[in-house]
Amino acid sequence: MVIFAILALISMFAALMVVTRKSALASAIYLILVMCCIAGLFVTLGALFIAALQVIVYAGAIMVLVIFVIMLLNLRKDEFGFDTKTLQKYLGFAFAALILIQAVFITGWAMKDYTDIPEKDISEIVESEGIESIDEYLSAESVAETLFKKFAYPFEVTSVLLLTAIVGALVVSKKRLLEEDEEGEI
Amino acid sequence: MAPVEYYIILSAILFGIGVWGVLKSRNAIVIFMSIELMLNAVNLSIVAFASNIKTVLSQFITAIPPQRIPEVLQTSIASGQVFVLLVMTVAAAEAAVGLAIIISIFRAKDSVNVDNVNIMKW
Repeated sequence: MVIFAILALISMFAALMVVTRKSALASAIYLILVMCCIAGLFVTLGALFIAALQVIVYAGAIMVLVIFVIMLLNLRKDEFGFDTKTLQKYLGFAFAALILIQAVFITGWAMKDYTDIPEKDISEIVESEGIESIDEYLSAESVAETLFKKFAYPFEVTSVLLLTAIVGALVVSKKRLLEEDEEGEI
Repeated sequence: MAPVEYYIILSAILFGIGVWGVLKSRNAIVIFMSIELMLNAVNLSIVAFASNIKTVLSQFITAIPPQRIPEVLQTSIASGQVFVLLVMTVAAAEAAVGLAIIISIFRAKDSVNVDNVNIMKW
């Protein structure tokens, strides 16, 4: 509970910083902090495998890519921190606050019914099937078994998606593909 | 472990901050990072629900045929993490393509202000 409170406070503060900082690089560093806090929250939930992936894939790979692009673009000082015009800014804030309040209230309302459910003790039924603890299903082994048996088709489809993304990124970021082909430069 | 509703409310708050970031800023990279923040918030709520599914399962575990109980338990607990894994893969693909688009916009317009890139707007 204490760990949750600390991680939640840090992640909310860092998320606000991501949105409000002028420099894109500062935003990116704060976003890494948010992702590490969320990885910590995954640990408190018992999802260790996902916590490791969160640090490796998000805080590692994706954020390195983002920071690399920020460095590559080499923005001028006046490129930093431009926000929308006044009216749009306040409308955006009001709309986001509306979504936030709605989400919090709907969550609170729905979770009241959820917490009203009396928790039955299922350990006897579970033990009669030869399962030692229900928490072992949170392990990486169990996730892998589910992923490669039940979700084998979606897993294969994501590999096609990644291949498409690689090719798409190459094509989009290439400098004027056709014209330079005619000049024989590429 | 903190109650599941705290995780869900934290996830809602992070999502709301992400929405605000997308609506407020005009820097394409900051908009992109706010989208990543929203994806993370959703991942958090999925894992929180998956880890707390025991309460719901206990209501109808007697209705499950006994020989299928291990399979049902494993699928319902582990599939939350599988969903998060797939969301991360899609986010990685989105990051690659999105940043490539930002780079090519910067080459064409010498700016990453999304207000300068409105030729498709009307």
